[in-house]
Amino acid sequence: MKEKQRSYLRQYAAIAIFAVVYLALGFAVRNSYYQLMMTLVLIWATMGLGWNMLSGYSGLISFGHAAFFGLGAYTVTIAFVKFGITPWLGIPLGVIVGVIAGVLIGVPTFRLRGHYFALAMLAYPLAMLYVFEWLGYQEVSLPMKRENPAAFMQFSDQRSYMVIAMIAVVACMIVSMHVERSRFGRSLLAIKQNLPAAEAAGINAARWRMYAMMLSAAMAAMAGGIYAIILLVVTPQSVFGALTSAQALIVALFGGVGTFWGPVIGSAILIPLAETLHAELGHILPGIQGVVYGVAIIVIILVAPEGIYWKVRDRVIARRSSAPARAMQSPAAAISITPDAASVRRTFGAPLLELQNVSRAFGGLKAVDDVTLSVPEGMIYGIIGPNGAGKTTLFNVLNGFLADDQGTMRFGGQEIGGLKPHEVCARGIGRTFQVVRAFPRMTVLENVIVGAFIGSSTDDEAERLAMEALRRVGMADAQAHMLAGGLTTKQLRLMELARALAPKPRLLLLDETLAGLGQNELDDILPIIRQVNREGVTIVIIEHTMHAMVKLADHFSVLDHGRLIASGPPAEVTRNPAVIEAYLGKKWMDRAKDQVA
Amino acid sequence: MDDLYWRVVDFLQAMAAGLLVGGTYGLMCVGLGIIFGVMRVVNFAHGDFMMLGMYAAFYLVTGFGTVAFLGPYIGPIVGALLAGPIVFVIGWLLHKFLIAQVTGARVVSAEAEGHYAQIILTLGIALVLANGGLILFGSTPVSVQTPLSRESWEIGPVFLNQARAIGFIIAVACAIGLYLFLTRTSLGKALRAAADNPIAAAYVGVDVDRAHRIAFGLGVGITAIAGGLFAMSQSFQPYIGFDFVIVMYAGVVLGGMGSILGAFWGGLTIGLVQQMSTLVLPYQLQNTAIFVVFLIIVFFRPQGMFGRVWERT
Repeated sequence: MKEKQRSYLRQYAAIAIFAVVYLALGFAVRNSYYQLMMTLVLIWATMGLGWNMLSGYSGLISFGHAAFFGLGAYTVTIAFVKFGITPWLGIPLGVIVGVIAGVLIGVPTFRLRGHYFALAMLAYPLAMLYVFEWLGYQEVSLPMKRENPAAFMQFSDQRSYMVIAMIAVVACMIVSMHVERSRFGRSLLAIKQNLPAAEAAGINAARWRMYAMMLSAAMAAMAGGIYAIILLVVTPQSVFGALTSAQALIVALFGGVGTFWGPVIGSAILIPLAETLHAELGHILPGIQGVVYGVAIIVIILVAPEGIYWKVRDRVIARRSSAPARAMQSPAAAISITPDAASVRRTFGAPLLELQNVSRAFGGLKAVDDVTLSVPEGMIYGIIGPNGAGKTTLFNVLNGFLADDQGTMRFGGQEIGGLKPHEVCARGIGRTFQVVRAFPRMTVLENVIVGAFIGSSTDDEAERLAMEALRRVGMADAQAHMLAGGLTTKQLRLMELARALAPKPRLLLLDETLAGLGQNELDDILPIIRQVNREGVTIVIIEHTMHAMVKLADHFSVLDHGRLIASGPPAEVTRNPAVIEAYLGKKWMDRAKDQVA
Repeated sequence: MDDLYWRVVDFLQAMAAGLLVGGTYGLMCVGLGIIFGVMRVVNFAHGDFMMLGMYAAFYLVTGFGTVAFLGPYIGPIVGALLAGPIVFVIGWLLHKFLIAQVTGARVVSAEAEGHYAQIILTLGIALVLANGGLILFGSTPVSVQTPLSRESWEIGPVFLNQARAIGFIIAVACAIGLYLFLTRTSLGKALRAAADNPIAAAYVGVDVDRAHRIAFGLGVGITAIAGGLFAMSQSFQPYIGFDFVIVMYAGVVLGGMGSILGAFWGGLTIGLVQQMSTLVLPYQLQNTAIFVVFLIIVFFRPQGMFGRVWERT
């Protein structure tokens, strides 16, 4: 944990150095135009940090951050002009208004995905723009206060504003840094990289996104408020306009998405560039600023889609690590596994998972049709069936991705129907996916930590749980710090298993964990699954091939066209004519019968 | 009694205006709908291609006098129609050199990840077009002058602006022509195949990248024609695109993302909403009304009136 503290200190030092150097530079500059430009850099950096808080970390692209910026700016202005409230109070007030707007916008808009979200976000500031024009706020200017101007945040020295803007940026950077390194940021990152996996790992996506939206809106509103103080004139076009939203996105994207340095870097490069060009060429080329921004994001998305910060960082890391080649592919540390005892007659506890007449249809297709089954505690329960039999749908219904149409599902005696995925996970049901859903840009350990959040109250405890889970699957050593994007299929499956195990579930749902693995890999994985089971975890496993399952499962159920067509001890089920028919078709049945017999 | 009469007249007048404007909106939405339907690309720059179409028509008619010999009645219409091929070429080139880098069969199958780059790339193009337009065309609002925009046909007490009425007729004709092209010609069928299932289309010999390029050019070209028609009755400036992006997406989403025919009805509906909102709302808020309708549609029926429900896990 020392390492962690040191890294925090390093970042704090870096932020402090940045602030001091920047202000020193700003105070050295005599030209008030350059001072204004340096202040604008900080304002747009704040705005970019706001955008990054939501869109950079959680991956939901917002084209509408002008809504919060504009509300911040107008709150300060109207409070000042109409009610004589000083901006010292007006800016915090604007932040509150921004946060409220964030909640009101977030509640409905988070239901949307991908481009729908982006488009809906675009509509909010444009709608507000017309409303403010209609209300008669086409152009509101902040009056000069002759007496006691400082009480109204009016200074003759431009540099005072720079200090105010710097305080805002530093505050936003520190908040962003802490978010980035906490379970908040990691959860957002997991949501961004793979939403279903994050939800199945127990992350409450709706809650974290809403927090991100609130913080994000607060930062944008703060930027807007300071902007109003500095420019002294507010128009709907300048604060709610599409260019304002675009600028927030552009500085963050250009500098680097998902890191608090990104918007600062982007703003420091682009704002002076655009402003200077505008000042030099603005009279002949009036739209030059917009062209610069446009070209900047076109180039960045084609050349370095995640921004300058990551491009440089990847370069540096590549140079540093080129010397010690990846020599850590050593085989997993031997784990003590008790000898294979599948043949021993095992005894099981009371039913842990009970399904009663569960059905789920898509239109006319009954993907899961009236399934009733009961899984006793301690068992490895195999569900087999050909492709399209409804196996994965059954899991999706079980862990809350899909609602069941009818029937009851009880886990440990409690109804779990209608729970959300993260709630199902919190009750003690973990799952893996047919197509492994990893968070590719995180290390193995970080992947598993995400799964451990639900079972832990502190981040340190989450890390401990994650290490323990990795140990259980034999990945605790060198592999723990590899990036998940570079793993083999077997390693990915084990990592996913560890992620599901991290919060110590009572029941594991394994979706085709064995599919596509060769005999050697099976020999590695099967003992691990058995060991996990012996340590008290009940397992339901889906496969479409039988051979590996025969060695593993205590009990077979066969699904075909959504219906349970057979259930019993493996040896019995594999001889069931209905099962053979489901697998091979009627034509082959007689021949198959001969062979089995 | 008299009061009621005038209310009914106002209502009919707003409805007529809505229908006429809606026809042009419908054609715009069809253009956007093709691009989304075939490529699954969210084109943020679409409004700015419409703006290009408006200026193309404007310069064809006034600037260079190319079609001025056709007279003030036919000239603007021909200008609008010619704006289509011009913008088609611009779109075709932009797709080839920029947009194709972040789209294609590979991206179509990826639901969320691919869109990120596309949305941002097209936003960049939108900024360059809008602000480049400001540099090239200036910020003074202009419109395509035609005596039609000052004349009206009277049907009972309802006035039909001739420029809008003719724009409506041509827009409907273009939409029908496009529909026939997509359903009757082999190129049109190839486009629809690429839209339906790019991988399967590639297996049966459809060049998906080429299909996308044509679809993109066609989409922006169609919208440019709509823009040219619209320019007869509406003044415009280079920033007009941003407002229309929402209007067009509202129409496309309302019609059902991916349904080209639906996009026309969606655009028509949006035109009606916009014009009829003036019956109950102040004039300045008509676009706000569209945004609100857009949000309502997106929340309650994201698959639109004609769209399919996408079910994926």
